[in-house]
Amino acid sequence: MSLDRSDELVATTASSATAGRTGLWRRLAHDRFALVGAVVVVAYALVALAAPLITRVLGVDPYTYDLDALGPTGAPAGPLGGISAEHWFGVEPLSGRDLFAIVVMGSRTSLLVGLGATVVSMVVGTVLGLVAGYFGGWVDWAVARLIDVLIGLPALVFMIAVGAVAPDWFPRLLLLVLVIGLFGWSSVARVVRSQTMALRASGFVRASQALGASHGHVLLRQVLPNLASTVVVFATISVPGAIGAEAALSFLGVGVPPPTPSWGRSIGDAVTWFAVDPVYLLFPGLALFGVTLAFNAFGDGLRDALDPRGGGSRRRRRRGGSR
Amino acid sequence: MTFVRFLATRLATLAFVLLTVSFLTYAIFVLLPADPAQLACGRPCTPERLETARAYMGLDRSVVEQWWEFVRGVLTGRTFGSAGATVDCPRPCLGYSFAHNTPVTELIVGRIGVTASLAIGAAMLWLVLGVGAGAVAAVRRGTVLDRGLMVAAITGVSAPSYLVGLLGILLFGFTLDMVPVSGYVPFRDSPVDWAWHLVLPWSVLALLSAAVYTRLTRSQMLEELGAPYVRTARAKGITEERVVTRHALRNAAIPVVTLFALDLGALLGGAVITERVFSMPGLGALLMEAVGRTDVPLLVGVTVFTAAVVVVANLAVDVVHGVLDPRVRRGGRAR
Repeated sequence: MSLDRSDELVATTASSATAGRTGLWRRLAHDRFALVGAVVVVAYALVALAAPLITRVLGVDPYTYDLDALGPTGAPAGPLGGISAEHWFGVEPLSGRDLFAIVVMGSRTSLLVGLGATVVSMVVGTVLGLVAGYFGGWVDWAVARLIDVLIGLPALVFMIAVGAVAPDWFPRLLLLVLVIGLFGWSSVARVVRSQTMALRASGFVRASQALGASHGHVLLRQVLPNLASTVVVFATISVPGAIGAEAALSFLGVGVPPPTPSWGRSIGDAVTWFAVDPVYLLFPGLALFGVTLAFNAFGDGLRDALDPRGGGSRRRRRRGGSR
Repeated sequence: MTFVRFLATRLATLAFVLLTVSFLTYAIFVLLPADPAQLACGRPCTPERLETARAYMGLDRSVVEQWWEFVRGVLTGRTFGSAGATVDCPRPCLGYSFAHNTPVTELIVGRIGVTASLAIGAAMLWLVLGVGAGAVAAVRRGTVLDRGLMVAAITGVSAPSYLVGLLGILLFGFTLDMVPVSGYVPFRDSPVDWAWHLVLPWSVLALLSAAVYTRLTRSQMLEELGAPYVRTARAKGITEERVVTRHALRNAAIPVVTLFALDLGALLGGAVITERVFSMPGLGALLMEAVGRTDVPLLVGVTVFTAAVVVVANLAVDVVHGVLDPRVRRGGRAR
């Protein structure tokens, strides 16, 4: 994507005049780091979507044991964790399951929990922030206290505790999505609240109210569309955190249960094999690091593009998030 | 006067949050059926024995009563069981671990030193590294140095601590054989061994957390350096060095300090992952042991204790903020 001088000039003037949608994409297109991030995110998503196809075409799957690929101690036979033409990333110690299949299928777990939890956070945060900012008074007070409690809860400790006592019949992936999602909504709720307060006082909302529009109409049709870009940025920034939380919980053994592939759990397993088979750590670790980095790069670019003054939104968020 | 009111509101919020957190913890453990009495009862577990066990542990009451007993226990201490067989849990009683036959408070006190050593050392390191790098990046904005630092920072933000920890162990522990890779030596036994065992965990935690501080400090510094008072200071002929360190950095530091207190509070409550990676017997390890044995009283106690540390850190931040910035205490809340 190359732009000539005049285009660049148009882009800068357009962006300084209005923070319109085209300005946003132009600015984003100039941010090479963010673009690479976006491309990598899309690549991960494609792999996750096509994972069953990929593994079937290659004739591997993450559940089949292959004891022939193991040495006498249970460690993978051969150098580098048993990497071979048959097993591209080597095999899992003790079971001989194909690590390539585990990493590829693990992307589904990671993205599913990451996106699911983000959706939960965004829905809860937007609804509570809208309601608090729009109605004010005791509703605002109640939401503020709820946020106080949420910040007081030690998130990771609480997630571990809940994971430890949850009944077996409850689907673990759903539990993870809910637990991670319900801990992540406070920052978006704060920003949505303050933006709603500003919008409530604006002319078009007042006009709408004066015409007799219901609260529901004003909130959903007048206020919410103006918050869309904020929520999208927050969602992008939230995804890597949620993916990291799933991996951390699985690493600690209270996340995704075996045999469902999970990068975090593979890394956790790799700890015990570390002295013998350090390569086992490499591929799940790189996969996790790559997707987190890509989302962070893209999210940063998106945020900067939406707020060209730079740092402004960051400051609000930090102040808000760290009270 | 306004400050007294400000403090009173904050303390009331603190009490409210702690009560709610402890109640939520209780409610969740009652809602989710992990029955400690069933586990303690053993086999064969007759219904009568189960009843006795539940009454002994105080599980035969309603959630609200159990929670209230817990809160009372923190303030006055409590006694479990009745008649001949009782166990005492002196105040502040955070419950009694029947799996360890020890009050939870005692278990926490036994582990807190490890976690505190880890957290405080790492925090000092990352504060210096992060703020330094952030300030340099802001002053040298747009240069190769700035770009490099920012790429390093986003990489640090994205890397999971356990991954970096394990790589650190592989490189410095196994390959170079420079530092011990696991365990903990109490400071009292040998300060040198204490520090030597902590070097790697400190560095790993500090490097990753410093990334967040670098980004925050840089954006704050850029904002302050563009502020009118900095222009005034420069116009008055103050040296650039003094403008940066005395004027801009000092104002940029306020949100950084806020974040720092909160991070430190969270870390003091248990560095679960780092302790796991480096096999250190801290609070996080205690929590994971409780998970492994489904030791519910211990889980509740550690959760509430951690919450208390976090909430107190919150309060400290608010008070310091109020002292530093009159707008906060007048308005009651930073906007």
